[in-house]
Amino acid sequence: MGKVHLEIDGNKLEAEVGSMIIEVADKVGIDIPRFCYHKKLSVAANCRMCMVDVSNIPKAVPACATPVAEGMIIQTKTPKAIDAQKSVMEFLLINHPLDCPVCDQGGECELQDLSVGYGEDISRFTEGKRVVEDKNLGPLIATDMTRCIHCTRCVRFGQEVVGIREMGATGRGEHVEIGTYIEGAIESEVSANIIDLCPVGALTAKPSLFKARAWELRQSASIAAHDCLGSNVYVHHRGREIIRVVPRENESINEVWLSDRDRFSYQALTDSERLLKPRIKQNGEWQDTEWETALNAVVSEMKRIIGASNGEDFGVLVGNNITTEESYLAQKFIRGVGCNNIDFRVRRRDFSGDGRGSVRSGFNFPMEKIDHMDATLLIAADLRHEQPLTSLRVRKSTGFGKVMAINPFDGEYNFRLTQELQPEAKMLAQEFAAVLVAADAINPDVLSAEAKEWLNGIEANDTHQQIAKNLVDNEASCILMGVYVQEHPQAEIINWLAESLASVTQSDWGYMTLGCNAAGNKIAGAVPMQSAAGGKSEPGKNAKQMLTSGLKSYFLINCEPDVESVWSKQALQNLQNAECVIALTPFADGRVPEYADIMLPIAGCYETSGTYINVEGKWQSFAASVSAPGDARPGWKVLRVLANLFELSGFDYESSKQVIDELHEKFEAVGDIRVARKVPPPLMQVSEQEASRECLGLYMVDPMVRRAKALQQTPKASTHPISISRVKTI
Amino acid sequence: MTDFNYDQTRHLKKLIPAEEITAIDNWIKKYPPERKRPPIIAALKVVQDHNGNYLTEEMMQAVAEYLDVPHVAVYEVATFYSMFHLDKVGRHVISVCNNISCSLRGADKVIEHLQNRLNIKVGETTEDGLYTIKTVECMAACGGAPMLEVDKVYHENLTEEKIDQILSDIAAVELTQNSSSKQHENDADSSNEFSGEAQD
Amino acid sequence: MTNEVCFRTLHLDTPWSLEAYESVGGYSMLKRIAAGDLCHDTIIDELKLSALRGRGGAGFPTGLKWSFMPRNMPGQKYVVCNSDEGEPGTFKDRDILRYNPHQLIEGMIIAGYVMNATVGYNYMRGEFYEPFERMEAAIAEAKEKQYLGENILGSDINFELHNHMGAGAYICGEETALIESLEGKKGQPRFKPPFPANYGVFGRPTNVNNTESYASVPAILQHGGQWFLDLGKPNNGGTKIFSVSGHVNNPGNFEVNMGLPFADLLEMAGGVLGGKKLKAVIPGGSSSPILPAEVMMELTMDYDSIGKAGSMLGSGAVMVLDETTCIVQLAAVTAHFYYEESCGQCSPCREGTGWMSRVIHRILKGEGRAEDIDNLDRVAGNIMGRTICALGDAAAMPIQGFLKHYRHEFEYMIEHKRSMVEA
Repeated sequence: MGKVHLEIDGNKLEAEVGSMIIEVADKVGIDIPRFCYHKKLSVAANCRMCMVDVSNIPKAVPACATPVAEGMIIQTKTPKAIDAQKSVMEFLLINHPLDCPVCDQGGECELQDLSVGYGEDISRFTEGKRVVEDKNLGPLIATDMTRCIHCTRCVRFGQEVVGIREMGATGRGEHVEIGTYIEGAIESEVSANIIDLCPVGALTAKPSLFKARAWELRQSASIAAHDCLGSNVYVHHRGREIIRVVPRENESINEVWLSDRDRFSYQALTDSERLLKPRIKQNGEWQDTEWETALNAVVSEMKRIIGASNGEDFGVLVGNNITTEESYLAQKFIRGVGCNNIDFRVRRRDFSGDGRGSVRSGFNFPMEKIDHMDATLLIAADLRHEQPLTSLRVRKSTGFGKVMAINPFDGEYNFRLTQELQPEAKMLAQEFAAVLVAADAINPDVLSAEAKEWLNGIEANDTHQQIAKNLVDNEASCILMGVYVQEHPQAEIINWLAESLASVTQSDWGYMTLGCNAAGNKIAGAVPMQSAAGGKSEPGKNAKQMLTSGLKSYFLINCEPDVESVWSKQALQNLQNAECVIALTPFADGRVPEYADIMLPIAGCYETSGTYINVEGKWQSFAASVSAPGDARPGWKVLRVLANLFELSGFDYESSKQVIDELHEKFEAVGDIRVARKVPPPLMQVSEQEASRECLGLYMVDPMVRRAKALQQTPKASTHPISISRVKTI
Repeated sequence: MTDFNYDQTRHLKKLIPAEEITAIDNWIKKYPPERKRPPIIAALKVVQDHNGNYLTEEMMQAVAEYLDVPHVAVYEVATFYSMFHLDKVGRHVISVCNNISCSLRGADKVIEHLQNRLNIKVGETTEDGLYTIKTVECMAACGGAPMLEVDKVYHENLTEEKIDQILSDIAAVELTQNSSSKQHENDADSSNEFSGEAQD
Repeated sequence: MTNEVCFRTLHLDTPWSLEAYESVGGYSMLKRIAAGDLCHDTIIDELKLSALRGRGGAGFPTGLKWSFMPRNMPGQKYVVCNSDEGEPGTFKDRDILRYNPHQLIEGMIIAGYVMNATVGYNYMRGEFYEPFERMEAAIAEAKEKQYLGENILGSDINFELHNHMGAGAYICGEETALIESLEGKKGQPRFKPPFPANYGVFGRPTNVNNTESYASVPAILQHGGQWFLDLGKPNNGGTKIFSVSGHVNNPGNFEVNMGLPFADLLEMAGGVLGGKKLKAVIPGGSSSPILPAEVMMELTMDYDSIGKAGSMLGSGAVMVLDETTCIVQLAAVTAHFYYEESCGQCSPCREGTGWMSRVIHRILKGEGRAEDIDNLDRVAGNIMGRTICALGDAAAMPIQGFLKHYRHEFEYMIEHKRSMVEA
């Protein structure tokens, strides 16, 4: 790309050939008013607000649709430009209801802001105003389409970014209406981004409708907790009440977007039944108590059971979205009291790789590279529901690249697949191995003799060959494994196949994980086979062993195995039968109160400081946005106090930062350990029953999401999960 | 949404007869096969003609599925072009031009005469469901102003006598069709859900 | 001389038949091309020499336009005919389609050959049922004779021609809206650049011309660019079809030499209806500003003459208004038209056309206010030049024209609550 030189408002600038005036101005902070233009969307040039004055062009031109040229002199504030902008503003306002006092967008409205600068005090429009009937778009998005200025950002978002056209602009002329035309809830899992995109109050967030005015809110930066991306967010709150959560721009993670799950999960904190005081069950009845009493009860129960069984009959299960500090302290504490039974992997079935000592989870490449992949192979990846924003990145790559899938289910995609294999779940590893066979045929110098021996007898068909060829031929290629892979009984084989295929085809590879902090949990050592940063540990029981064998006592940290585990039925029974279940939880509802004996109220997301480590290995720390309600305390503090009560040394932390710094230092010392697998065990047959399972649905992944009211009312809450146990009927 | 697990063509095939499906297929052939949207207008016209001059939501959805395009893409087209009717209209929609040349040559008198003859206002449909009067913009027949279009035929240089003739011609056609359609109703194809409705 | 180009079969019995067209030399140019006797450079040179300008209204030189198409670029290219004819007052293309369809077909095949496009679409407005039938029949005849299809007349030239129908939207006469509509979308104009020559139908290079433009080509090639140029005046070559309507005794299409005095054209159309006095003329379709009789009677019918007088030749739709015409009423009809037909994409046009229409209708109802006139003029001015396509300008210009020449009629109606012409 060449460069051109130009001048905007007297600033001499250099810009890429082909860029539009508005992009160049934005980069240097020269403000040009606009409504339809958005840097992440195609140029529509329909609002006509961004008119600027360009030398040698008699009429003002739209800055969003006028490419820069060598020697161009652009002025944004001349009478010609201002006159054009003001006249457009007048047109936009004549049919706008000007109901700012009752509009949720008031105070943060692009139309309102610009009308202060470009609008007139008195309207010269004396005809009747347009009124538009509202359509119900479901539980997340409130509409007031009379306010719409037809910028079509929401329409373009669906069409371009999401790839699912639900919103449209029907009718023509003055009667154009933005909407779904027929009434019906928007189904996309990233739908609420149109709320942010809407420059007026036509689309606002339904869960926070009329709850607060923008200027009453305080904003604090945080990290979303429901998928392995770790989207950056702002929490908007008034006092200790969270009013809403909105995306915080981070080009390398969530760009400017947010999944509906990350946006509306906060409702669990404000609208569900919270645990406000420690509780002890006495004769089957819950009694609220003070922290001291409850903690003493925990200590005596733990001493009794751990002492009696040498730690064997006690087990700790940590949840999907607890902070790294919490899981680090949990494992340090529990190992300190002589128990090694700790795990977070309640959905894992294959633990054969546990001894290898890898520290990191997930990706070996930065996520933003997905945008530019010429070939992407998905393995059992239901991206739209696992990591909705990753799906948007993959979609971007389909503008030029190929996306292929070996998915043991009839997936919902927002892009077109060039190759698709739909094996039965039990055949997933077999099918994937055939691709490796095909790749090995193209590039035979990479695999070891042992590996070739392992693959012996597996045959590749045309599709396998085409997939392998696409990965080999394209320099930018990657293999993405979905959450389901790690839940498959042959997870280790599939991981090995992916790693091998990546090296044969020179591709990047990575696997998605459930929840926001699988990497953090693993690095922190909340696993039975290794302590923090891959440190040594006496062997302990893994989640499957703990949940299926029946321990005397369980210690749950924001974890509900009765829902979350693949062993949920056995888990529930064993929890019910246990002598003592200690639950650290923010919530007072669900089934935990049925089987727990002591409940300790801990802070939920956004109520505690902490760190999440995302699937790429990014450590993202955050402060508490609001304080926890009642007597609830941050989990890390509860664990510290428990350790203090056991008089363990090394628990003198005054802040969560000291905790994470300690872990980070250990982690830095060993680095990013990725121990390559040797050849896995032979490819034994598994039954379809063993391999298949129900996914944890889009809005079922963790205790918080399960309690988010509006999300639970969406169509996706009932139509998802899609079943993976689909046996082909052909 | 383009992923459907069922035969996407089935819905439309239930709504219109095979020869009209063929007509749509012939339109589809005019455009590059990877382009799904170009035949939308033509397909909607075929369906609208079959359904007695108007479209229902169900029909628009069936067209979308048949052509493998998002529903809203069809709604957008159906609501943009003035020849599509989204509410029930008469079997004979009389479109009277009232643009410049026609209004210079007495379009208002044409409208008045039609309103008087049919006893309805512009935009209304006669009680028997036979006629709707609609004003339209220029139809490129200004040399024959004033003009109207009904049942795909232009009528130019209108006078009151000519209008009366047009109406009585339609009435005559209706009379013959009515007697034959009565017969049709008796042996109506039950799979064609709209064959009866159009007669209402 | 009349009817020498597009209407050259009109004097024959069934002017639309292949036989009729061939009898006036039809398809002879295609035969020469197929024989390798007429190459694309020569054709473009002849068109440039002829000074043929786009007959749809914008008047862009056709030869130049054709030369912009990247004919050597690999991949599919398209030629598209704009038969959407919707500019109020215009009814010439309908007659070309009905009475001389083969000449359009030959013109499009030649265009396809020149620009290396193997597929053509003829976009007709949705109400053109009769022209559609004629065109379908003509295409079938042409295929039969190997004028269309693969290896035309044994050459290596391929050309498929399809008729496409709109469904009622004036905006589809705008070439990029037409392209969108052809792609099965709402007819909403695209902003330019990119121009259709680079990014047109289905994202491929596309040439869009008006029916009359394509249909003029075979006759120009047959008789030479110089012949065509000499029919008209310099820079305004050839003949033009004028659609004369409104208050004349003999309305209709007249294919005459460019530069014909308006007075002569009026006479050909039988003079003002009922012998009344000429009040004014809208010389080039409803979007061209009105010109009062005394101005108009001095003008010749060509781009430059009408342009100098402050209006446009446009599509050649001449609407004649006699002394009984109420300009406020006319303005109301005009404003309502653009309000109805705005596609709704750009704010100024979407909101401004409705505003103008409502104000004028309010004045008509006797509820006008003194400030309305300046406000109308201001609103029209604020739409001008601020929209993606020319519909905004087309809506504003006539209103400004009415106010410029007949402001007193508006003032009278506001003050007296009745029309000045009734007085």
